[in-house]
Amino acid sequence: MKRLLRPLPAALVLLALVAIWELYVDLGGADRLVLPPPHDVAKALYDNRSLIWSNFLVTAEEVLLGTLVASVAALALAFAIHFSTTLRRAIYPLLIGSQAVPIPVFAFVLVLWLGFGLAPKVLVIALVSFFPIVVTTLAGLARVDPDLLKLMRTFDAPRLRTFRYVEFPSALPGVMTGAKITVAVAVIGAVFAELAGSNSGLGYLYQQSQNQFLMPRAYATVFVLSAFAILLFALLSLAERLALPWAYRPRGDQIA
Amino acid sequence: MIEAPEKEPRDVQPPHGVSVEAVSRTFVTRRGPVEALARMSLRVAPSEVVAVVGPSGCGKSTLLELICGLQAPDAGTVRAAPAALMPQRDLLLPWLGALDNACLALRARGVDRDDARRQAEPWLERFGLAGFERTRPAELSGGMRQRVSFLRTLLAGKPVLALDEPFAALDAITRLEMQGWLSHVLETEPRTVVLITHDVEEAIVLADRVVVMSPRPGRTVAEVEVDVPRPRHRTDARVVELRERALGALGVAE
Repeated sequence: MKRLLRPLPAALVLLALVAIWELYVDLGGADRLVLPPPHDVAKALYDNRSLIWSNFLVTAEEVLLGTLVASVAALALAFAIHFSTTLRRAIYPLLIGSQAVPIPVFAFVLVLWLGFGLAPKVLVIALVSFFPIVVTTLAGLARVDPDLLKLMRTFDAPRLRTFRYVEFPSALPGVMTGAKITVAVAVIGAVFAELAGSNSGLGYLYQQSQNQFLMPRAYATVFVLSAFAILLFALLSLAERLALPWAYRPRGDQIA
Repeated sequence: MIEAPEKEPRDVQPPHGVSVEAVSRTFVTRRGPVEALARMSLRVAPSEVVAVVGPSGCGKSTLLELICGLQAPDAGTVRAAPAALMPQRDLLLPWLGALDNACLALRARGVDRDDARRQAEPWLERFGLAGFERTRPAELSGGMRQRVSFLRTLLAGKPVLALDEPFAALDAITRLEMQGWLSHVLETEPRTVVLITHDVEEAIVLADRVVVMSPRPGRTVAEVEVDVPRPRHRTDARVVELRERALGALGVAE
């Protein structure tokens, strides 16, 4: 029972916020054209459900492909950096520096270069998602207890077996942390990539709605985008608990 | 009985023992050099159990790492048969069950999983861990974890066991149990053992000989031959007498 009641406070706060929003607009605090009341947004979500759904599928495909590409590339690079000090010195500073580059700005260039299709979106999403996974994976690999590595040396373990049996599993929680950070960023990346040039997707639908002053529909697409990011995060958390139960530490407030 | 792998010791002599001769080791730290060991000598005969006691920071762990070949001495010579380390904290892998944790040294040598499990399984039973094969370390008691850790080191198949304060992290009651248990295991499964401990009583109860080290820089200040038949009891007059002598050498006589 207590388990079921756990999300209750957050739900109440959310409900209160929506109520304040509704009241604020109803009492004339904002122009309905700019800020539609929540019930208008809900209505737009329902009325446009098939339109939103078909555009959602486009964005979802971009996000999933982009994060997949980012994950594979990030793991490969993190492992390579872990094994080679030279590579670490050569690439890691650039990698950190690259985070200062506002990648969405290049979305337009990438669209000109790669066309209106899936490719530039996947690339933008992969670029923004890549870094958190590299960093958290490297942090995970670095967190391995040095005494454990000594132990493996007294067991005559070759480098790769130490990696396979000790370092790689140790790094998995770090990889999952990176993936969880990434999903929210990836959805934002998808929106920017679509704004730069596309003819479908939720980012595109948002822009169209805004241009036509269909604000309830614009807000409805934002709602779906946020819900999607939250869903991905929740799915990853669930996967982490199922696949890496040993790494899952219940917090004090959850034990009760 | 576990076969030692066909591998030459780092020096031919002594075959299954340990010989540390006038070894010095200095570490460079940011606050200047720290001399961990100064002309430290230690000889352990094959199948002998030697306990090394000393104050904190006297270079005991450095000595163990030298014996295991994890460090090289600055001066002096270390000749030791291949040694497997049992670390102070159990350092079990949290994602593996007890059986697979015990198999780690075998897997590190390239033994495939089924073979390794077949070799480790009867030991788990002997060590009172039957039924816990798949239990992860988080759900094992402290004593059980140390037994798995010891088994993992034993299964490395090295003639020398280097035990680094193996029971220091346990509560007092479990520690007594584990000392009795280890004493029994070593009787049935003799190995050359270097046991690092800060517990003088543990040293007297378990070892054939106790080496007392000085504060840093560490070197041998006394050796106590434990001529008491096993099983030994803490309250035996001779055990008490030897303990007092070792404590005296440490400078903490009662």
